[in-house]
Amino acid sequence: MIRVLLHRWPGLAGLLLVTLLAVSGAALSVFPAIERLASPQAAGGLSVGDLAARVQAEYPGVEQIRGAPSGRITAWWFQDGTPGAAVIDPATGQGVAPVDASPAERWLVNLHRQLFAGDTGRLVMATGAGVMLLLCASGVALMARRMGGWRRWFGRTRGGLEARLHVELARIAVVGLALSALTALWMTASTFGLLPDQARAPLFPATTSGQTGIAPNHIAALADLPVAALRDLSFPDPTDPTDAFTLKTDRGAGYLDQGTGEVLAWTDAPALSRVTDTFTMLHTGRGAAVLGLVLGLMALAVPALAVSGFALWLAGWRARPRIRGNASASRAETVILVGSEAGSTWGFAATLHRALSEAGQSVHVAPMTAFDPARYRAAKRLLILAATYGDGMAPASAKGFIDRLEHAPALSGVPVAVLGFGDHSFPAFCAFADEVTQLLTAKGWTELLPPDAVDRQSPQDFARWGRALGRTLGLELELVHQPAQPATEALTLVSRRDYGAQVQAPTAILRFALPRAGFWQRLTRRGFARFQAGDLLAVLPEGTPGVAPMPRLYSLASGSRDGFVEIVVRKQPGGLCSGQLVALEPGDSIRAFIRPNPGFHAGHGRAPLILIGAGTGIGPLAGMIRANRRARPVHLFFGLRARDSDFLFAEELAGWQREGRLARLTTATSRGPRPYYVQDALRHEAPEVLAMIRSGARIMVCGGRAMAEGVTAALTDVLAPAGLTPAVLKAEGRYVEDVF
Amino acid sequence: MKSAIAAFALTSALVAPGLAAARPVTFTTTLNNYGGDGAYLALYLTDASGAYAGTLWMAGGKSKYYDSLAGWYRATGGDPAQIDGITGASVGAGRTLEITLDLADALFDAGYVLRVDAAVEDMRDSPDDVAVPLTTQGAGKTTQGRRYVASLKYDM
Repeated sequence: MIRVLLHRWPGLAGLLLVTLLAVSGAALSVFPAIERLASPQAAGGLSVGDLAARVQAEYPGVEQIRGAPSGRITAWWFQDGTPGAAVIDPATGQGVAPVDASPAERWLVNLHRQLFAGDTGRLVMATGAGVMLLLCASGVALMARRMGGWRRWFGRTRGGLEARLHVELARIAVVGLALSALTALWMTASTFGLLPDQARAPLFPATTSGQTGIAPNHIAALADLPVAALRDLSFPDPTDPTDAFTLKTDRGAGYLDQGTGEVLAWTDAPALSRVTDTFTMLHTGRGAAVLGLVLGLMALAVPALAVSGFALWLAGWRARPRIRGNASASRAETVILVGSEAGSTWGFAATLHRALSEAGQSVHVAPMTAFDPARYRAAKRLLILAATYGDGMAPASAKGFIDRLEHAPALSGVPVAVLGFGDHSFPAFCAFADEVTQLLTAKGWTELLPPDAVDRQSPQDFARWGRALGRTLGLELELVHQPAQPATEALTLVSRRDYGAQVQAPTAILRFALPRAGFWQRLTRRGFARFQAGDLLAVLPEGTPGVAPMPRLYSLASGSRDGFVEIVVRKQPGGLCSGQLVALEPGDSIRAFIRPNPGFHAGHGRAPLILIGAGTGIGPLAGMIRANRRARPVHLFFGLRARDSDFLFAEELAGWQREGRLARLTTATSRGPRPYYVQDALRHEAPEVLAMIRSGARIMVCGGRAMAEGVTAALTDVLAPAGLTPAVLKAEGRYVEDVF
Repeated sequence: MKSAIAAFALTSALVAPGLAAARPVTFTTTLNNYGGDGAYLALYLTDASGAYAGTLWMAGGKSKYYDSLAGWYRATGGDPAQIDGITGASVGAGRTLEITLDLADALFDAGYVLRVDAAVEDMRDSPDDVAVPLTTQGAGKTTQGRRYVASLKYDM
């Protein structure tokens, strides 16, 4: 809600206006600093009386002296029938510079303040300031949520270029932007007379002493007044004894007798006028030139925030599921709810929507987060397509669904079918869908179809479920969904290193040239422009012509910064893709794309890493060590068969140890008189492992399922003395696995 | 360029009892290219004794700046009733303010003086920028102001 209503739409609507305000404000911010530098400053003890006397000695026809918050003193006089004016050096009373109203500054002020359109323009610009303040407030709330709390305000940022740029700039600039916007609104209110802050001169006194000619430095009220407090001193007409000095200070305004110097009338400025003065100073930098420059610099972040924010919105808009002819929630007979993490489930939902709509149904598709049973007035059935995130968590588009479901009464006459999406090789396969199913049953919802699942986006599974749904509804329902795949790139092999032939595990480290990323990819850091060890390389095997091949995923052992694409492949008996890969020679090429795998990144920070891998599982871990340029403490447990045969990355690991990228290496060899596995090594080094975990270490495991289970069992024992379990560490995100 | 016709209400003694005793008078005030923002102008009359008699026009809408029009402010204390219905926009540098008012005949050749106070943001105040006696002979003649007002004339 915050994101869309209070940040995205105001941001898009006010994009140009807020940018214009910020850029013009940033340009204006330099003027107070220039003025400050160009203005001779008054000595601390100088009084207005002495200043006025000095000026009067130099310019006997002086009519007005003004003091600006920048310290600039300006005097105007009328002498020998000609008006004159100058910036005054308070030390001498002499003019030192012309009073030039810079046309550029005036033009900018008029643009910034009122768009050259008077009061209408002022209101438009004030609206812009209001939008800015709203964006700051909603942005702060979003930022706290994104960073995981206020205390992590300056934590590491994640995500694509636009998101990081937006966050990194905003979290610093927000202070200045909010201050500028708030003070702008206050100043607008003051200008329109909405605040009781106006320092008005009192009524002119009816009687004066009738004398004239007192020297300003003999007027007590001026002799006590420091120059910094002076706003304006107007001299009386010496030929008119009823006239008087008019004095305006930061405290108020009044009249002084030109014969006796007596205060004839005085009004203190209202308390709010001090607030307005302070806000004006903060906003304009007049009287606070350095702050003005800082605020100006912060305002310069706005164009970048606008561009990156717009790009973020555009990316989301492009990625949004395109459901043509989506019926409204209140009219649809069939409501489809989608729980999707990366968006692939939306594709299935779109296919289902199209097929049902073509069969004459009115169908509403929505994310599970939008679950709102009270609106489903015409609904006859509810279909839930739910993926699972990580270890059984709700996917992105289903956050909060469980809570909503728990607090809503079951709709009678609206049976539900749940279809889970997942990967059978994971123990938490469709765990979220199962949780939804159980809660639906517990809440008394009726079942339309028994729970079913689609394994690894299988079109066959989906079509089978569609036929079952069709039978229940009395429709011919043929769901044909081929998941769309990202565009692939051709990767050319540059080198290969072979291992493991002697131990019947032929394995190769394949290094491909990094394909040239297009301009847009580089700008948005997508595809091959930005990936890191732990992300996945999806390789399309050469297959039968006419049949779309399913990509095979390999963990990347390099990042884009390394300048090459590296994977470790073991030839699987009868494996189509691994066989093709292991047969590659330098110069051969394959087709592949990057699939981000943010759950298995080493992450930033200084906490130690415990990397545990066996066989080809060393790949991503080696890539992480190679990328560890900041010498974060890393302890690698590597399980292999025989040191002289499949010790992958042996040379590099030795080098990385010398360079400090790898603090400690423990190998476990399974072939030999005494088989020794990584789980054995973990138990053997339990005190060291536990000490690292106590100091905040993160555990990353990569390898086969049996090995991962063995590691979990070993760690259960290792952690027990500390009262910890692998499950606790997993929940904290400190224990992650990439299992194949 | 500014044109306005207002039912002019000076202090009660000066209000024309009927149209027969009043005539439309056009005041044309042209400003210099003084290189600043729009000027606030107060056009007002003083009587033969120099006392404030009434305001003809206030150019500039924000009352917080009225005390910069020192002569007018001194005479009226910034009383909003004095300019009710006879307030317009400020006048840009080099621009002309033209207002037409029905003025009582009694105001002419009776020692009344038309005064213009002017003020511009970030520039000096100019009370009494120009002062012209209201006379029938003076109609159509231009008078030069001191700072912001290039010329002032009234036509009957």
